[in-house]
Amino acid sequence: MSDEAQKPYTEGPMHSTSPVIDPGLTFASVTDKISSIVLKRKTSLAWFFGFAISFALFQLMLLAITNLVFVGIGLWGVNVPVAWGVDILNFVWWIGIGHAGTLISAILLLLRQRWRTSINRFAEAMTLFAVAQAGMYPIFHLGRPWLMYWLFPYPNTMGIWPQFRSPLMWDVFAVSTYATVSAMFWFVGLIPDFATLRDRARSKPFQILYGMLAMGWRGSARHWHRYEMAYLLLAGLATPLVLSVHTIVSFDFAVGIIPGWHATIFPPYFVAGAIYAGFAMVLLLTIPLRRFYGLEGFITMRHMHNMAKVMLATGLIVGYGYTMEAFFGWYSGNKYERFMIWNRMHGPYHLYYWALILCNIITPQFLWSKKIRSNLLALWIISFIVSIGMWLERFVIVVTSLHRDYLPSSWGQYQPTQWDWAMFIGTIGFFFTLLFLFIRFLPMISIFEMRTILPEAEVEE
Amino acid sequence: MSDNDRHINFKLMRDHILSLQDEDGPRNGKKYWRSLEELADTPVFREFVAREFPQQAEEWNDPIERRTFIKLMGASLALAGLSGCVFQPPEKIVPNVKQPEEHVPGKSLFYATAAPLFGAAIPILVRSNEGRPTKIEGNPEHPNNRPAEAESENPVWNPRGSSATDIFTQASLLGLYNPERSTTPLYREDIRTWTAFVGEMRSALDEQRSKTGQPIRFLTESIISPSLGAQMNELLAALPQAKWHQWQPANQDNALAGAKMALGQPVNTTYRFDLAQRILSLDCDFLSPTFPGYVRYSREFIAGRQVTEKNREMNRLYVVETTPSNTGAIGDHTWVVKPSEFEGAARTLASFVARDPQLYGGLGPPYGGSSGFNWAEAVAKDLRDHAGKSIVVAGENQPPFIHALAHAMNNALGNVGKTVFYTDPLEVNPVDQRQSLQELVNDIDAGRVEFLVIIGGNPVYNAPADMKLTFERLQKVKLRVHLSEYKDETSNFCHWHVPAAHYLESWGDARSYDGTVSIIQPLIEPLYEGRTAYELLAVFSEKYDRKPYEIVKSYWQSHRGAGSSQVNPRPTSSPSPTATNQNQQTPAPSPTPSQDFESWWRKSVHDGFIENSAFQPKTVAFNSGWANQQTPPAPQPAAGTFELVFRTDPSLYDGRFANNGWLQELPKPLTKVTWDNVAIVSPNTAQQIAGESSNRGAVKGREHYVPLVDITNAHGGTVRAPLWIMPGQPDGVITVHLGYGRPGPGSYSGNSGDVVGFDAYSIRTSFEPWSMSGVRVTNPGIDYQLATTQLHFNLEDPRFATEDRDVVRSETLEHFLHGEKHEEHEHPTLYEPYPYKDQDINTPNYAWGMAIDLNNCIGCNACTVACQSENNIPVVGKREVVRSREMHWIRIDTYFQGFDPNHPEGVNFMPVPCMHCENAPCEPVCPVHATVHSAEGLNDMVYNRCVGTKYCSNNCPYKVRRFNFFLYQNWDTPTYQLMRNPDVSVRSRGVMEKCTYCVQRIQNAKINAELEDRKVHDGEIVTACQAVCPTEAIVFGDVNDPNSRVSKLKQNERNYSLLGELNTKPRTTYLGQLKNPNSEIKS
Repeated sequence: MSDEAQKPYTEGPMHSTSPVIDPGLTFASVTDKISSIVLKRKTSLAWFFGFAISFALFQLMLLAITNLVFVGIGLWGVNVPVAWGVDILNFVWWIGIGHAGTLISAILLLLRQRWRTSINRFAEAMTLFAVAQAGMYPIFHLGRPWLMYWLFPYPNTMGIWPQFRSPLMWDVFAVSTYATVSAMFWFVGLIPDFATLRDRARSKPFQILYGMLAMGWRGSARHWHRYEMAYLLLAGLATPLVLSVHTIVSFDFAVGIIPGWHATIFPPYFVAGAIYAGFAMVLLLTIPLRRFYGLEGFITMRHMHNMAKVMLATGLIVGYGYTMEAFFGWYSGNKYERFMIWNRMHGPYHLYYWALILCNIITPQFLWSKKIRSNLLALWIISFIVSIGMWLERFVIVVTSLHRDYLPSSWGQYQPTQWDWAMFIGTIGFFFTLLFLFIRFLPMISIFEMRTILPEAEVEE
Repeated sequence: MSDNDRHINFKLMRDHILSLQDEDGPRNGKKYWRSLEELADTPVFREFVAREFPQQAEEWNDPIERRTFIKLMGASLALAGLSGCVFQPPEKIVPNVKQPEEHVPGKSLFYATAAPLFGAAIPILVRSNEGRPTKIEGNPEHPNNRPAEAESENPVWNPRGSSATDIFTQASLLGLYNPERSTTPLYREDIRTWTAFVGEMRSALDEQRSKTGQPIRFLTESIISPSLGAQMNELLAALPQAKWHQWQPANQDNALAGAKMALGQPVNTTYRFDLAQRILSLDCDFLSPTFPGYVRYSREFIAGRQVTEKNREMNRLYVVETTPSNTGAIGDHTWVVKPSEFEGAARTLASFVARDPQLYGGLGPPYGGSSGFNWAEAVAKDLRDHAGKSIVVAGENQPPFIHALAHAMNNALGNVGKTVFYTDPLEVNPVDQRQSLQELVNDIDAGRVEFLVIIGGNPVYNAPADMKLTFERLQKVKLRVHLSEYKDETSNFCHWHVPAAHYLESWGDARSYDGTVSIIQPLIEPLYEGRTAYELLAVFSEKYDRKPYEIVKSYWQSHRGAGSSQVNPRPTSSPSPTATNQNQQTPAPSPTPSQDFESWWRKSVHDGFIENSAFQPKTVAFNSGWANQQTPPAPQPAAGTFELVFRTDPSLYDGRFANNGWLQELPKPLTKVTWDNVAIVSPNTAQQIAGESSNRGAVKGREHYVPLVDITNAHGGTVRAPLWIMPGQPDGVITVHLGYGRPGPGSYSGNSGDVVGFDAYSIRTSFEPWSMSGVRVTNPGIDYQLATTQLHFNLEDPRFATEDRDVVRSETLEHFLHGEKHEEHEHPTLYEPYPYKDQDINTPNYAWGMAIDLNNCIGCNACTVACQSENNIPVVGKREVVRSREMHWIRIDTYFQGFDPNHPEGVNFMPVPCMHCENAPCEPVCPVHATVHSAEGLNDMVYNRCVGTKYCSNNCPYKVRRFNFFLYQNWDTPTYQLMRNPDVSVRSRGVMEKCTYCVQRIQNAKINAELEDRKVHDGEIVTACQAVCPTEAIVFGDVNDPNSRVSKLKQNERNYSLLGELNTKPRTTYLGQLKNPNSEIKS
């Protein structure tokens, strides 16, 4: 072993300042540390507390959905002209959050950004849970949700296919494919760790449970070979999805003829926004979690810096998007487009617009400063603001475009009701319920992948 | 579900019992049983009792045993209660073995009758489906609706008679089925039978008759039924001390008094607007459905505004009004004048029009009001230039003097006998109703009234504030009886309440605006124990059990063709083709009148009117001298006070339609407010009253909120009303509408407990019924939520005014004839347009389309109600309208022109149904093919396929799609089930709906055409909105046929597509409005 190998992995000289993993860790300590959270560590009172709150909010969601299905979507604030409101914007918001996971897992894997290994498991789980929340909205925003299966192209006695020209139809495929591939990717990535947990579990039920999930993993070279291949293929599958899902979601709007929706800039701008929102959410969750479970050794300041830089970059793309929207509103010379921009800035919802600019364009500029990037509290607050900003962005796109379109006679107002909020808060509760279960019962950091970035793993060739 | 099952189970049970009898009868000799125990004694039942239910389970597998088991179950059901027995009515009933003549299940029948709602009767044709009236349209055969000569010059003007009606007549269908109607006679809240009521009345009458003094008083509304009037007169003759009072809050007092002033006698004035080239309206809203004769007048007025290839002229309407109205919106020149200055304006006009110093010298020099009326001379000159071809019409809300001035001006212009006719009044007994009610109140206060019979009306609610029929006052009357459809305010103060039959349930007769009599025939047996006024009045006569049918028929048996003043031919001066010799009027085959009464009667009932029964024009002498009477100058109102104008409500009239959901939810023509009445003020006045807060809602983005203000009249009466800013309202004038603020039954408040609107009657006095001054307004600083369907954003920022968007087009006649034309661009496309051809034989298929002529639209809302009735559209309630969830398939958009909200340059109405776009943006975005294009160009909506994504609505630039956010349809109320059009699906929760171009009517016509092996004729399909439009603004037809009326309209140079630049290629296109301003008047 050369001296070089003794040094922690740093991805070359440019990033020599801060390591991606604590230099003091070894193969054994990595495994111990991560698996003990699941297997040994006493479940803390704080976990129970957090879980209880999330679970209560989850019940609120079930209540909201039950009421919705029995009474009708009139419970929400949607109307004509604003027939899509908080429901669809929450769908877009959650889907956006769900982008970070796959991006971190797949694209950074293909780009050989090895720092991703510390956060990919967690980000993937977050993706999956966010997509689960997002997936509920398109179903329950239907007037007759029990007929949602009509959107699927299945052979039926009605002799009718879905309408393939409709972006909602594309959504069905985009979101369901994304959810499936993300779930598979996540599960395949977990298999070696399930095996570790199986071997280390102290109680029989857990041994059996983890054993089943490990699918007979024995760690043989053949297993590893197949595993690597499968993982790479899935990453290859997932990579275009990162771009396609939000592109297609943006088509829901871009295909429409409503001023404020009908814009060619939407696909790239939506994808950038999604990554932006996704990284904000990863930071939002990682910072407290890392602190709470003492994972500073695995998720180092390198990760924080990198994620903050991704946020800054995507935030600038999003800011460019806003600018171009406003510019083309004016430059097109189209009276409806001009009015749309004017209405966003000065109409009844102008506060939402300016708050959006503040949250999404002004706030991330602080990330240029290394000092702020190094301050976890500041980073957390910025992430929080960006998450809100991304919600506002969808509100501005969905609601302010619809509420005043072509004919002044049909203009209207939109006001979310308590049931809109109940559903939204409920999905947040459901999201955290899943997240709490995840950090309690599954390794939130990939054990075996962490071991590959240890100095010990450096093999001289 | 359980209800259905019970029904089926009862049937099963009955069958079972019958079968038991057959099986067991011979054996035990018991054909009938006296008790259930006896029935239970059958061996079958004993077997059942002996065995426990669970052991029977295996019998389900055994076909024979299972049958027995079900029989046994039936027996156990019989045990469950005797209610299982089905009773049949005691009378002999006859099964429908042979189909009645004319009755084909699924095919609707049409019956002619008339709607006597208020003012004049409206002749109607009612559609009946399996004996249920389901739709009301105008009677095209009726002389009121027949085409006049002037119309036939326009090639696109419909040659058929008009089937137009108004909103009230159409919505009265909902009134028939209203589940809140009272059902039985009540005595002090207890249910009584009609015979008990009759007995009680007879004994009370006998008791009263033996006494001296004032035995009995009748209080009615204006009576326009000749036979009811005759009945009343007979009754008064038989009971010499009985008195008849009349009260209706919106009455003809002013018109009658004005006629007496100028002509010395009460007359009914009728007009021929089609012959008039210049029209001056003195605060007369003759284009609104509350004006008697509006259907005919608006049709004829608009006929004079048709600019065609040949006819390049149109009439000109001058409107001087005190508050914005539909007529003012249509006017070529409209001036708003404060009520206090109105007389000055009218005098000024009159002095310029009539220069005869002897008769009109007393008018004095031109009156110079605040605005100077510098337009008066030019208007008068224009009228004089069209002497004999002009009309001056005064509004019912104006004092008698203005009516007298209008008569004088018409006389001076030589219009009388040419465009203006005087006839006998429609009312049987025209009296000054204010005075009539005053006498009754005085007598009650003096204790001279012991027995009061109120027939119709709701005087407790709508009497003026200075003679309110309070409970204390009415308590002095020992016996009070009220006949009304609802147990309303008046019924609550009466001992007896008798439910009134709806006019669709009763026989009767009534006069239309020109005196033509219609026989009212019932379409349906009374749903409840409703009685007509005829029956109630008969109770007080010796023939107290006469049926209305007998009363009406016997009246006409004695009055028909007698040449009496009641039955007269159409005026010979009128060019109407129906003016024939009166003696030849009856086309009955029988030569002698006595023999042919039956066929005359049958024909009159069938046709819906009595031939040639319109009043003959009278020649009248004009009085002089009256004009010299100077009105005493009104006391100078104190500073800071306002003038108040009362109007009947555009939707609820005087409050009698307060329980009609269709009308409550109908957006009022100019304000678009539903479910409320408002205090209308100008923007300046709003600023003065409420300061910055007057606009607070719009600033805060809470457009539905307006400030509440307290309006106090000079006598201390106060109401709290929401402030509504109306562009064009004169400064310092507040307009309120009557008819709201009713608590309890008979109004919507009865359902929800919340009172709808405020009661303007509480500050209305008898001596200032239509306008008052010295009104104070305070602003308590409370906000109130209003339900409007259209928010007036265009006032918010002029930079984004409607003109910029090219929504409504309006130009002057001058510009249209000589100015530059609008350029229409074709969007280039790579795709061949769909040819709309029959693919087999390559002949043109139908391609349905619609043209809406904005020049004809008067914003009367008739189409909206017609659509609601035809297409089973639900009422959603105020809360849902606030959330922009109203369901109307066709809406009337109102746009104000100009940039100054205080002085708008005009008002435009625009009916907006589905555009049925060729490139419909809604279609490609639906993921489940629920909205698709038909081979005839319709944009079809498949309710059963709709899952409710609402994407189509978002993508519709016209926002004409409506979504069932909740289960808006009332599925449970049985009467509403009777009301619905069986040809239209009743939509459930969670589906999108929209205008279908009345696809059911299209299909009906196509089936008929196919049976006769021909194509559908142009004009054979009439959509519901088109049918009731009094001005033919909506034309529907086949755009593939170049000769169809709709194609011709679409070739008109005024034709344009709404938002055409979006390339949606709408099938519904619009024709721009034309205005004909006087070039000598600068606006």
